[in-house]
Amino acid sequence: MAFNYDKYLRVNKMPTLWCWGCGDGVILKATIRAIEKMGWDMDNVCVVSGIGCSGRFSSYIDCNTVHTTHGRTVAYATGVKLAKPHANVVVVAGDGDGLAIGGNHTIHGCRRNIDLNFIIINNFIYGLTNSQTSPTTPRGMWTVSQKNGNIDPTFNASNLAIGAGASFVARESMTDPKKLEKILVKAFSHKGFSFIEVLSNCHINLGRKNKMLSAMDNLKWIDSITLPLKKWEAIEDPIEKENILPTGVLREVEQEEYCDMYAEIQKAAKGERAKITQNDFEKKI
Amino acid sequence: MAREVISTGNELAAKAAVEAGARFFGGYPITPSSEIMHVSSDMLPKVGGTAIQMEDEIAGISAALGASMTGVKSYTATSGPGISLKAEQIGLAFIAEIPLVIFNVMRGGPSTGLPTRVSQSDIGQAQYPTHGDYASITLCAGSLTECYTQSVRAFNLAEKYMTPVFMLLDETIGHMHGKAMLPDMEEIEASIVDREKFHGNPADYKPYDVPMNKPAVLNPMFEGYKYHITGLHHGDEGFPTEDAAQCEFNIERLVGKINTVHLENDGLDDLPDYEEVDLDDADICIVAYGSIALGAYEAVKKLRSEGIKAGLFRPIMLWPSPINRLEEIGKKFENRILVTELNMGQYSKEIERIIKRNDFTTLLKANGRPIAPAEMVAKVKEMI
Repeated sequence: MAFNYDKYLRVNKMPTLWCWGCGDGVILKATIRAIEKMGWDMDNVCVVSGIGCSGRFSSYIDCNTVHTTHGRTVAYATGVKLAKPHANVVVVAGDGDGLAIGGNHTIHGCRRNIDLNFIIINNFIYGLTNSQTSPTTPRGMWTVSQKNGNIDPTFNASNLAIGAGASFVARESMTDPKKLEKILVKAFSHKGFSFIEVLSNCHINLGRKNKMLSAMDNLKWIDSITLPLKKWEAIEDPIEKENILPTGVLREVEQEEYCDMYAEIQKAAKGERAKITQNDFEKKI
Repeated sequence: MAREVISTGNELAAKAAVEAGARFFGGYPITPSSEIMHVSSDMLPKVGGTAIQMEDEIAGISAALGASMTGVKSYTATSGPGISLKAEQIGLAFIAEIPLVIFNVMRGGPSTGLPTRVSQSDIGQAQYPTHGDYASITLCAGSLTECYTQSVRAFNLAEKYMTPVFMLLDETIGHMHGKAMLPDMEEIEASIVDREKFHGNPADYKPYDVPMNKPAVLNPMFEGYKYHITGLHHGDEGFPTEDAAQCEFNIERLVGKINTVHLENDGLDDLPDYEEVDLDDADICIVAYGSIALGAYEAVKKLRSEGIKAGLFRPIMLWPSPINRLEEIGKKFENRILVTELNMGQYSKEIERIIKRNDFTTLLKANGRPIAPAEMVAKVKEMI
């Protein structure tokens, strides 16, 4: 039987505002399929998005949705989750949203290891506002804000998340929606901060001046810069290795989750347990 | 029976938040407001609430707004530079109609300014903290007791009008340590206002489908009423729109639900928007608010003891202004009003706007020092 997306969508808000061939729709569908696999009650789900094409993501899903300001998604979602730890919270941001203007919140969300599912849609460009350089725009590519080519070093989003302490970090491309769905299920099942970098296309605003005029051209380029983790690990040439992004689960560890720890703070404050001391933590510094 | 306590303004503000039913604090350290966060981090978990120190000012208010969307009364505390950083999120709170209390313990500005010294130069910022059109509710504590009572009121107004509310303290009153008389808990509990909820069929629920000058009815998240919250202009379902008639209605309603209602009802609640001392038979009216009013009480006494009939008008709700009463005062005290404040005339401008004259005297200071009663007395003597 065909999958019933309508159950999860605000059908009367269709069609989406996204361009024809945009990967955001594929990621939306993969997210919905992953939610169905998780069996989440949509009354208990909150989707928080920021500004940019990905900002519209929240509005199409029939649950508790918030379209926040530019870059602040993780901070708003932290308030939602801490106030209602029972909720399943999905955060969606773009590469400009989550890595440039909102980079600080991304770092500290990862560090706190609060149980949020942070999908960062990386299309390597500011798409909505017509093709300005983003932190992940490859060097040498043309953007409207760097008309002689981008000289800014390229940000490796997943490495940032690993460095900042996210307990689940994965990268996947939307070119393989089935794989993406599986990765999202793993991320949603993980307790703690789940960082999922989803590589996506913007043939309209990345592609038009970088020789990727169709969605397929853009997707082929994404395929050319990615390899599954095991294959990536086998690359011997260090320069080649740096220019390829590994896909799959890059980090998965069990770590104390923030809401759980705060629940202990509340217990201690109410005298229901002993005071919290350094001895309560294995890793202190 | 009132409760007699010895405390500071900042501590009383935090105590008021918790006793008014707030259960979430999100903030970032900043002088001279940090004690509000310190006390909150101790008090909130004891009542099952949450206090979180976020990575920056922006994240502090963002987390508080996120929590408020789930139906939990929330607050943040900061000083002028923090408000500047929070500005964009305050705008989201205005347009999406998310209740929030924002404490600003005022210090000298602009920029880093005078971090440890008193000022009242953020009252203009409280009126227009962010871009766009909206109307702000701003209360200003004039005593330790009011750091408590007006803070409770701020939470009630936020819930009633579905809007961010500014609760202004200044460095002097925030750090002042002394006696305060607090209403007993029964009285506080009886005064608590909770946001309205829609109880009908979720399929019929439209959070922003409200008449002109009425606040939105936003049910808490996770209670079966699924809807969309956005900082974009939105229609009755909360979904983005650019429809001209809808946008016009939105802005008129956002401004009207505060300003028009305040003017038509002569207030936003049953509590006084101002205090008057010895004004009935006075020849001279001193206008002062916040910690400066403490000096003005002394000045009035001193002047009266010397046979000069002075009185005090002290606004408690700064925005919207008590327009009707100020108009009467303007008529009664021609050439006989002294406006004294710790800025370059931000409230004086409002007096001029309301009384439509500039025949009043000002005593202004913006160097981080308070205004002494003797300075007010001397100024009044110059006027007569």
